[in-house]
Amino acid sequence: MNTRKQYVRPMDGWWLKNPFYVRYMIRESTSVFVGIYAFVLLAGLLSLASGEAAYNDWMAAMTNPLVILFHVVALAAAIYHAITWFAVAPKVMPPLLTGKKRVSDKTITIFHYVIAIVLYLVMLGIAWKV
Amino acid sequence: MMAKRSNEPIFWSLFGAGGVIVAFILPVIIFITGLAVPLGMLPPEVMAYDRIHAFAANWIGKLFILVVISLTLWHAMHRIFLSLHDLGINWGRTFFRWLCYGIALLGTLTPLFLLIRI
Repeated sequence: MNTRKQYVRPMDGWWLKNPFYVRYMIRESTSVFVGIYAFVLLAGLLSLASGEAAYNDWMAAMTNPLVILFHVVALAAAIYHAITWFAVAPKVMPPLLTGKKRVSDKTITIFHYVIAIVLYLVMLGIAWKV
Repeated sequence: MMAKRSNEPIFWSLFGAGGVIVAFILPVIIFITGLAVPLGMLPPEVMAYDRIHAFAANWIGKLFILVVISLTLWHAMHRIFLSLHDLGINWGRTFFRWLCYGIALLGTLTPLFLLIRI
């Protein structure tokens, strides 16, 4: 039996050694903030279902400076996610052809940005139209 | 005998669908609910109780709210589960799998239940 203590290369902080991995970890960490935000929305839905008083309490809680700070970070996380999502979109979808020519990765990414900005403006417009 | 099929594609599909929602919808929703209305950039009527209640009473509104909360959580929890390995947490795979996907499932059934009743 082998009783020697096997050497295992330490992996702590492996992702700090290369900017590519740092960006990867930032991308993965966006999920924590958008996940928490989903629970903020769920809390809002719970209060909405409980009646007007509970809903107004939730609305008041949303103005807390720490909650505002969280939403600044969550917004940044969602936008960072969107940028990375659109960047890999052409790599994960089947090739798109116009005639016999393949649509370039850049065109597909730009197309995603255009759709996203149009959608953002439409949603803002719907929300604003009180 | 058919070989046991992996359930991975289901979770990756939910992750992908959620990723689309987070990229195309969430930035604006976070901006409106978390910053614009609380800070007064948009009038408070935008998120008035009657208006949001009417939105949640409509089936399009119900579907929108359910999709945003549920798919965002399936996306986030799948990513968090896979990131545990990157952080060197290699123990308790089964436990964390149940925990992560359990939270996402709860984040689907709770709004579904609430929205049906509104």
